[in-house]
Amino acid sequence: MAYSDKVIDHYSNPRNVGTLNKDSNNVGTGLVGAPECGDVMRLQIQVNEETGLIEDAKFKTFGCGSAIASSSLATEWLKGKSIDDAMKIDNMDIVEELALPPVKIHCSVLAEDAIKTAINDYRKKQGLPEIH
Amino acid sequence: MLKTPIYLDNNATTPMDPRVLEEMLPFFNESFGNAASRNHSFGWTAEEAVDYARERVAKLINSSPKEIIFTSGATESDNLAIKGVFEMYAAKGNHIITVATEHKAVLDSCKHVEKLGAQVTYLTPSADGLVSIEQIKEAIRPETILITIMYGNNEIGVVQPMQEISALARANNILLHTDATQAVGKIPVDVEADGIDLMSFSAHKMYGPKGVGALYVRRKNPRVKVTAQMDGGGHERGMRSGTLNVPGIVGFGKACELCMNEMESEARRLSAMRDRLEAELLTMEESYVNGNRNHRLPHVSNISFKYVEGEGLMMGVKDIAVSSGSACTSASLEPSYVLKSLGLDDDLAHSSLRFGLGRFTTDEEVDYAINHVKTAVNKLREMSPLWEMFKDGIDLKSVEWQEH
Repeated sequence: MAYSDKVIDHYSNPRNVGTLNKDSNNVGTGLVGAPECGDVMRLQIQVNEETGLIEDAKFKTFGCGSAIASSSLATEWLKGKSIDDAMKIDNMDIVEELALPPVKIHCSVLAEDAIKTAINDYRKKQGLPEIH
Repeated sequence: MLKTPIYLDNNATTPMDPRVLEEMLPFFNESFGNAASRNHSFGWTAEEAVDYARERVAKLINSSPKEIIFTSGATESDNLAIKGVFEMYAAKGNHIITVATEHKAVLDSCKHVEKLGAQVTYLTPSADGLVSIEQIKEAIRPETILITIMYGNNEIGVVQPMQEISALARANNILLHTDATQAVGKIPVDVEADGIDLMSFSAHKMYGPKGVGALYVRRKNPRVKVTAQMDGGGHERGMRSGTLNVPGIVGFGKACELCMNEMESEARRLSAMRDRLEAELLTMEESYVNGNRNHRLPHVSNISFKYVEGEGLMMGVKDIAVSSGSACTSASLEPSYVLKSLGLDDDLAHSSLRFGLGRFTTDEEVDYAINHVKTAVNKLREMSPLWEMFKDGIDLKSVEWQEH
C-alpha cells in the first residue's frame, strides 16, 4: 500500500510520543481501540488550569502507519487549543490533512475518539459533566 | 555499499542462477523446436534437451525420468495430483486426509473435490507445526484413498516426518502425495527412501525459472495413475497435455543439477546464517520463533514480535523484503491461517516476519537485516501503549478494551 508523504513523515518522526501522569488532576487520558483489532491509541492532554488551554499532549499508538500518523497529528493540533476548540476536531480533518485512503478512515475515527475520551476524562476529574 | 531493499523472501521465489539462464538462452530462438515434433531436427533437438533435463530432475529426487510429469508449476502439480487421484480412484474410495497448514493450492483443490463428493479431513498440527502419526492413523477410514501432506512448510519451514507418514500410508494401501516445493533442492528428498507416491515441486523456488514445475508420479510399487486435468495432445504420458516449455524445462534441469551438487554446502551456510539472524533477533524480549526449530528447512525463520502491530512493522522494515504474517486483503489485515492453525493469537500472528535466506544472501545483508529489524521493533515498542502496559506489569487480557 502506498502511504502519503505526510503519513510517512509522522511515522518516521512521530511528534509528542510519551506519557503524562494519568493520576494528575489536570491530565486527561483517552485509551481507545483493542489489540485484537490491530489498533490501540492512548492520547493524553494536560490542561493549564489558569488559561484553560491544552499545554501539552502526548500519545502512544499500537497500529499501522496511518494510526500512528493520525494520533501524532492529533497531538500537534491539540497543543494550545481550548477544550471547546479541541472538541471540534473532526476525523475528516485528519483524513484530509494526511490524505488517508478509504480503508484507513477508521484510524482517523479512532484518533477523534481518543481526543474526546481524553477530554471527558479530564472533565470528570474536574467534576464537570461529559460532553459529546 | 549494500543495495536496498535486501531480498529475504526466498520462500516466495528465488532469483534465477546465472548458470541456469545461460543454459536456457539458446532454447528461445536457436533451438526453438517443439519437443513433440517428430519429423525434423528442430523437434529432435528440443526433445533431447527435455530428456536430458528430465534425467537431471529425476536424479535430484532419486526417481526414474519416466516418473517426472512437467507442469507449469507446483500449483498445477497439486491440482493434478489431488483432482487426478480423486477421479482415478473414485471406485476405491472418496476420503482424503490433509493438514490445515497446507498451501492454498492443496487446500483449495481439496475444497474443489469436496464439492464433487469427496470427504476431506483437515488435521490441525500441534503448536510447533508438526502432525503426529497417531493423528493421521485416527483419521484413516476404509475409503481413504489419499494422504496429502506438505514436506516442508512455506511459512514456518517445519519439515514433516515423511518416512513415518509413508510407512503408515503403505500399510493401509493409501497413496501419499506431498507438496515438496520448499524442500526439494534445499534438503535431501528421496522418493524411494521417503516412500512418496506423488510429489509436487517447482523450478522457481530453487533458482530456476518461473512457469515450470513437475509432478512426480510413481510407476511401480505401486503404479500410480492420475486422471488428466488438461485435455489435448496427450503429452507427458497422457497426464498433462500441452506443448512443453522447453527453455523452462532446460532451466529446471540445470537448477536441479546445481542443487544436487551444492545442496550440502549451501544448507550448511544458510542454516548458520539463519541461526545467527535468529539468535540476534531473539535477544529482544518477547520475540518468539514460530514452528518446530529442530525439524525445519535450513533457510527459513518465522519470528513474532509481541506488542508491535504487523502493518506498522512492515512499514518499519521497508529496507528488507520479507513476508509478514498478515495477508493484506483489500480492506483488512487477515492473520496468516498457517500461524492461526498453530494456535497463535491474532496479535502474534500479525506481528510475525518470515525470513527466507537464499543462495545469494550475504553475511553483510544479514547484519543489515538484524539491525534494521531491531531498530524498527524497538522504535515501535517505544511508541506502543501495549508495550508500556506490559512493562508496567499490566495483564492486557484484564483491560476492558473499547472495541470499534
